[in-house]
Amino acid sequence: MIQAFAFYLFATLMIASGAITILARNPVHSVLWLILAFFNAAGLMVLCGAEFIAMLLIIVYVGAVAVLFLFVVMMLDIDFAELRAGFINNFPLGFVLAVVLLSELVLGVGAYRAGALKLGTADGTAAPSQAISNTEAIGALLYTRYLFLFEAAGIILLVAMIGAIVLTHRQRSGVRGQNIAKQVARRPEDATFNVQPEVGKGVQL
Amino acid sequence: MTELFMNLGLSYEWAWGISTIAGILLIALPLMLGVAMIIYADRKIWAAMALRRGPNVVGPLGLLQSFADGLKVFLQETIIPSAANKGLFLIAPIITFTVALMAWAVIPFNSGAVLANINVGLLYVLAISSLGVYGVVIAGWSSNSKYPFFSAMRASAQMISYEVSIGFILICVVLWAGSFNMNEIVKAQKDHVWIINGFVANPLLFPMWVMFLISGMAETARAPFDLTEAESELVAGYQTEYSSMSFALYWLGEYANVLLMCALNATLFWGGWLPPLDIPVLYLVPGFVWLLLKILFFFFVFSWVKATVPRYRYDQLMRLGWKIFLPVSLLFVFLISGYLMATGHFA
Repeated sequence: MIQAFAFYLFATLMIASGAITILARNPVHSVLWLILAFFNAAGLMVLCGAEFIAMLLIIVYVGAVAVLFLFVVMMLDIDFAELRAGFINNFPLGFVLAVVLLSELVLGVGAYRAGALKLGTADGTAAPSQAISNTEAIGALLYTRYLFLFEAAGIILLVAMIGAIVLTHRQRSGVRGQNIAKQVARRPEDATFNVQPEVGKGVQL
Repeated sequence: MTELFMNLGLSYEWAWGISTIAGILLIALPLMLGVAMIIYADRKIWAAMALRRGPNVVGPLGLLQSFADGLKVFLQETIIPSAANKGLFLIAPIITFTVALMAWAVIPFNSGAVLANINVGLLYVLAISSLGVYGVVIAGWSSNSKYPFFSAMRASAQMISYEVSIGFILICVVLWAGSFNMNEIVKAQKDHVWIINGFVANPLLFPMWVMFLISGMAETARAPFDLTEAESELVAGYQTEYSSMSFALYWLGEYANVLLMCALNATLFWGGWLPPLDIPVLYLVPGFVWLLLKILFFFFVFSWVKATVPRYRYDQLMRLGWKIFLPVSLLFVFLISGYLMATGHFA
């Protein structure tokens, strides 16, 4: 009973917040509703028993990606009239995208009706449910069977990271940075000295 | 606790529901009382280090000062700026406060005495602590005022920076403990080095603990990393437009977060509810007393640092996070996993 209640709660909230994400007029509100949708998705994953994926979803998407979204969107000064003026120009592209998404949805529902896909072990039988936590199960799969795909994903991320750094890095001249090691290494005797000046004579520096 | 209620003749669902609510109240109520006292303690420690008396008027030795302050803000008017985004403006402090309480669900107070004994306890803590930034960012944006907005931008950059290194530090602990479950992590620290209970005695994990302590201060935006509410630059940061209870929620949330960081320090590196040394006599003292003593010790350290260390400049804060903590913690992930692999820890 608790599971069914939780499922319907998370599912309804997720679909509703997903819809409001699209419909909200204020982009900041959109991002916040998107975060709520992520949350409910995580809740659904906990219900499936995939608590590791649920936590990763929150840490990565809610904790990092959505913060950056919010960060960017907050600083934008969006003119809604101008946005709507571009509607006619972008309509064909948007229509094509909508058709693609709709057909994917139909295919997805069709595939779901046809029954579960036999993923898991190499001979096509479903993965055996072992008495280990799903963190260990995912780790065991990632580092054995899917090792090369996992490494490939790592390399793609590395390339993306280097690309982002190369694109945004610029050498500015005339900037005086702080060299903390140099500051720490500086001793009082390098910088100060004692003098006993005669009255009215001052100090020669 | 579910079994207790089931023995009273309730069905599993009802017993589970009642025991969970009872558990939440058992944690949240003492925690709120603790936060009130810890604010008093913070002010007293701070005052003592500045050779002042601190709060000493309300109640004996000023003990009731926090309650008087609480009553005061409770009776004040909530002012909402007319240009503010009203809904978000009111939700923001609620988010901060709720998130500060949520992470306590996985802190073990004794062997098995934990509200939610989940497999991914540490990831849960990481997930919840990454939500803390939303209260600040939403407050900064919805106030529609420039200083809160600057503060929100600082907060989002600061918290993301330190979460990365905290993630690596926690990975080191998890590698050694072999589990994400907080209770298992505490148990793995028994007799860790000689008779000392706690990962902190381990030469490979000690630097991790130092970095965790500092990152914890940055993560909770405590001095010397309180750039988000630097009064000399930003008035009061994201709290500038807040008044009465909505302000008090930030205040309570901040201290609940600090206590949580102290509890994490104790649980992950200092043996949690285990006594400091593995001597049978020490086990006569209940586990939660040891945990409480450790939390109070770390709170003293936090106050001590707040009272003595000057505030960092923003670029120094970013440099420390990205150029020092991140590479060093990554190096230690290598060293520790290499050591564990070489000594056959995972066999």
